[in-house]
Amino acid sequence: MNEDNTILSIKNVVKHFDISGGFLDQVRFKNGRFGLEKITVKAVNDVSLFIKKGETLSVVGESGCGKSTLARVVLGLYPPNSGEVYYGGQRIDNLSHQQMLPFRKKMQMIFQDPYASLNPRKTVQQTLEEPLRFHHPEMSNNEINDKIDQVMGQVGVDQAWIKRYPHEFSGGQRQRISIARGLILDPEFIVADEPVSALDVSIQAQILNLMMKAGRERDLTYLFITHDLSVVRHISTRVAVMYLGTLCELAKSEDLFAFPRHPYTKALLSAIPVVGEKRAKQIKLKGEVPTPVKLPTGCVFHARCVYADERCVNEIPALLTQDNGTCVACHAVEENRVIS
Amino acid sequence: MSHLLDIRDLEVNFALRTGNITAIDGVSFSLDRGERLGLVGESGAGKSVTGFSIINLISKPGYISKGNIRFEGKEISSYSDEQMRKIRGNRISMIFQDPMMTLNPVFTIGFQMIETLQAHRKISKADAQDIALEKLKKVHIPSPEQRLSQYPHELSGGMRQRIIIAISLLTDPAIIIADEPTTALDVTIQAEIMDLLQELCESDNMALILITHDLGVVSQVTEKIAVMYAGKIIEYGSTDQVVKYPVHPYTEGLIKSIPGTVIKPGCDLVQIPGMMPTLTNIPPGCAFNPRCYLKEAMCTIKTPELKDVGNGVLAACHMK
Repeated sequence: MNEDNTILSIKNVVKHFDISGGFLDQVRFKNGRFGLEKITVKAVNDVSLFIKKGETLSVVGESGCGKSTLARVVLGLYPPNSGEVYYGGQRIDNLSHQQMLPFRKKMQMIFQDPYASLNPRKTVQQTLEEPLRFHHPEMSNNEINDKIDQVMGQVGVDQAWIKRYPHEFSGGQRQRISIARGLILDPEFIVADEPVSALDVSIQAQILNLMMKAGRERDLTYLFITHDLSVVRHISTRVAVMYLGTLCELAKSEDLFAFPRHPYTKALLSAIPVVGEKRAKQIKLKGEVPTPVKLPTGCVFHARCVYADERCVNEIPALLTQDNGTCVACHAVEENRVIS
Repeated sequence: MSHLLDIRDLEVNFALRTGNITAIDGVSFSLDRGERLGLVGESGAGKSVTGFSIINLISKPGYISKGNIRFEGKEISSYSDEQMRKIRGNRISMIFQDPMMTLNPVFTIGFQMIETLQAHRKISKADAQDIALEKLKKVHIPSPEQRLSQYPHELSGGMRQRIIIAISLLTDPAIIIADEPTTALDVTIQAEIMDLLQELCESDNMALILITHDLGVVSQVTEKIAVMYAGKIIEYGSTDQVVKYPVHPYTEGLIKSIPGTVIKPGCDLVQIPGMMPTLTNIPPGCAFNPRCYLKEAMCTIKTPELKDVGNGVLAACHMK
């Protein structure tokens, strides 16, 4: 599945978090003896995917499915427990801080909450010049100011406001500034973690347009993390659907929305409210999302799936490629048991 | 012909140190038994304040400065706290956005439900528990007996919101006001909660005021819609009509700016330039005029009134 224009690929990435606490919290009394027990949150389990240059890959799923963790592993903000992350053919998950620096310049992140992601004690100018001074110590003050002016113009924030602090801006303006911070180093690859979920609809449209424009002009590659399926449909080239730390479907955006294959994707898509339409029949899921501390055996979705059988309970389904290029991890799809 | 709830020319002011600001400016609408109304708008449009003012939940420095609120034929806007308590939570219930914050974490579900009933009726604990169980069944909570002795933290977000809906149903209210009831929930849970609310309104002939920013949710659940902008209702009519054929340029822009409604994937979304004015700084004339593509000289001078634009829709725009 590696192709020449792949910019980033991850292989069998696993990320677990230890939440068992200190020594005393770990002590358990079991079968007549004391022992230590660790509790881990299995946030991401064996996920592999690749992103091609210039495309927008969206990762969708409900809260707790591991999509944000995946984004942070990709950027090297969390080291994976096992698995590999490659950027432009070079493995980056095992690099030291120093070795990672040239990659950090090419990969940037835009966060969800523009109220929390900008330093309240720094002016816009200070926020924007910091990455430049750090990564390009050779740049002169004039060059830095020119660069800031250029990027501010691109994201539609008045250059005259450069001396202002974040609290003086509205949510939409702040998100423009955090996008400017993401763009100032001329990155190739941007991870956007729910960049529009905190914004009102009319502002959301402005920011999405801005991101798409920047993507075209700078030939950017996006990894877009969101739970909003109508946004996903609008901006993505391909979509990856996650459930409980596992990838269940990966498909071209138009294929996924026209012919969802995985039973979970079907249920998810049927739940989106569409403006101006009475709801078509929603596929109801049994029960609730299990906890990632104690993953179900076999397919993680089996307890809620109408197609589940013996095999689904025991065997973890592999991500198989269908005839149209869609990848689905489901025994029922493989055995043609799913009625569309 | 008297409506269940009739609000006329409601004005809510906030007396701040910097001066008086008007959060709600001349809002009028009515609600009949069993009717579902959506109050839509972006943050700061005044939709929550409108909802709160119906049951007088506006706290200082806010106050209702003008207008009438008639509920079941009685004027309730001037009720004392004592009188209001007989209506609030009893005849008119409210559901809030965040199910994690609404329930008291140190009491069991059963305690909180019985407490609510005993606050409004003279009823024995055993009888109250029976009613609580019945309502929990009504909101499709699995093993309801067990839930009564559980604490809120033992339940998921969707389950908590169902409990809150069950609590709001305890006293068989005539109206439920739901303020962004699903914003904190995932999309699959949201769909279930919305189905539930709709089902309850239909089976009990209950009226619903749904306050939300999500036009998708509104268009599926409600029959009537009121779009708010900067403290005013700018368009009002049947949901189908308004969502399919919006008249006011703001409503139109709002609908077109949602991905997947009009614009093909990958193309630029229609965007409304600028942002909503803050309440201290509402432009003269039509509050929407600086962002409007139909703007003419008159829009900056005269405030448009809501007027009939056909098909039962009211809109406040000079150009229509």
